[in-house]
Amino acid sequence: MKKIINNVDDVVAEMVDGMVRSYPQIVKKLPDTEAIVRNDADRDKSIVGLVSGGGSGHEPTHAGYVGQGMLSAAVAGQVFTSPTPDQIYAAIKDANHGKGVFLIIKNYSGDVMNFDMAKDIADMDDIPVKSIVVDDDIAVENSTYTQGRRGVAGTIFVHKILGAAADQGADLDQIDSLAHQIVPNIKTIGVALSGATVPAVGKPGFTLADDEIEYGVGIHGEPGYRKEKLQSSKDMAHELLEKLGSEFHFEAGQHYAVLVNGMGATPLMEQYIFMNDVLNELDKDGVSVDYTKVGNFMTSLDMAGVSLTLMKLDDAHWLQNLQYPVKTIAWGA
Amino acid sequence: MLTVANTTKWLQLFTDQVNTNQDALNQYDTPIGDGDHGSNLARGTTAMMDSLNKADLKSVSDVWKTAAMAIISKVGGAAGPLYGTAFLEMAKASKDRPADDIAVQPLIDASLKGLLKRGGAVPGDKTMVDVWTDVDADLEKGPLTSDQVKTAVESTKPMEAKKGRASYLGKDSVGHLDPGSVSSGFFFESLIQEGEIQ
Repeated sequence: MKKIINNVDDVVAEMVDGMVRSYPQIVKKLPDTEAIVRNDADRDKSIVGLVSGGGSGHEPTHAGYVGQGMLSAAVAGQVFTSPTPDQIYAAIKDANHGKGVFLIIKNYSGDVMNFDMAKDIADMDDIPVKSIVVDDDIAVENSTYTQGRRGVAGTIFVHKILGAAADQGADLDQIDSLAHQIVPNIKTIGVALSGATVPAVGKPGFTLADDEIEYGVGIHGEPGYRKEKLQSSKDMAHELLEKLGSEFHFEAGQHYAVLVNGMGATPLMEQYIFMNDVLNELDKDGVSVDYTKVGNFMTSLDMAGVSLTLMKLDDAHWLQNLQYPVKTIAWGA
Repeated sequence: MLTVANTTKWLQLFTDQVNTNQDALNQYDTPIGDGDHGSNLARGTTAMMDSLNKADLKSVSDVWKTAAMAIISKVGGAAGPLYGTAFLEMAKASKDRPADDIAVQPLIDASLKGLLKRGGAVPGDKTMVDVWTDVDADLEKGPLTSDQVKTAVESTKPMEAKKGRASYLGKDSVGHLDPGSVSSGFFFESLIQEGEIQ
């Protein structure tokens, strides 16, 4: 294992410190937690608070999406391990400005259990809390850490769309209803070229031969659905879009947002090549692509590979929310 | 009936039992788990007593909530959220009761419902739910006895694990006591030992 770290037990704490010290105008850390919260002048505006979080190792998820127009707080657990309910609750308390708090949870048993507990604690303190579980990964049903489908890169579209709604004054019930409308329209699938090394473990979670790829791998290295010899970017785009197409049933007149997400060790050059192939394929299907995004948004440490997220834009407001201005570390343009 | 004083004493007795039997709990967890149930729980119960001794406890509900928060922040794994849930449900169930009329059975009943919801286990899956289910039923009939607790814990031995890490072992889990059930046994033994609650 070759990594720029100090003690493996300190990686999360030191990363959080580095992050908040790099962007103090956007975020700060709640004392005695690994919860990262807004630190801009408007942080206490009376809107619904949005809180997400999960295991670390997926940076810039989730702390990179804290800021005006997106999340109020993000709670970082240990690498690939859910944060504890007391920390999530601390974030909920900080994010509550009289309008309640909405939780965005990726579908992993540990995350669901710990966020639900935090919600129960908030209930006792009469903070209204609602939540959504994001399960956008269509690769497999049930997995090492999940009942049902896994929650992956599509989660950042949820952060963005709900964040814009909250910033424009939507109430907790409206956010809840919007969340339940958009999540079934967001689907993701990935392909891995190499496995990720968790610092405390010291070796990759899985290995692939030099000329081998695996379709459908999860963001913690959970097994996918098929291994193949290395293929061209065009072929990979074709395979992933075929899977997504069997969910969406592409037809002319449909509108989509497209996210190509790097898994951590794949150069942007390759991500742009892959996006180019995806857009060529979608052109052939005759669908309209209204929004695109490329980059490392939901990584898996040093895994090489990409994931492809499509969101069917059934409502014009969803596109407006994707385009709504934000000030975060990682969302970008 | 529960009071701030006797509830705190119950939890102190539980903490003592967990600390004394820490290694034994780890050993129960070794063949069918990852061998750390005793260490994890002991770290949590010790932190729990620290918090309880420092906190300004105005009600029975405060005691359970303080205990729950300490457990969930220190224990981790599955045991943290599960014991945390059990205690938090007791905090909720006692919150709106008159201070001099908080019986133990309705609290255990609320905890059991919380455990079923949180962990998704059902009776017979070889988890702490088995002990809590039996104890809940026994308490409905009258004061709990040590024999009843023992029987409830022992009942997990012949079961095949269906939930939790032990379920990966399938049939090989048969013949071992479930560690979460053993520690739950300590919890209910401590209730009996406290002497005045039931």
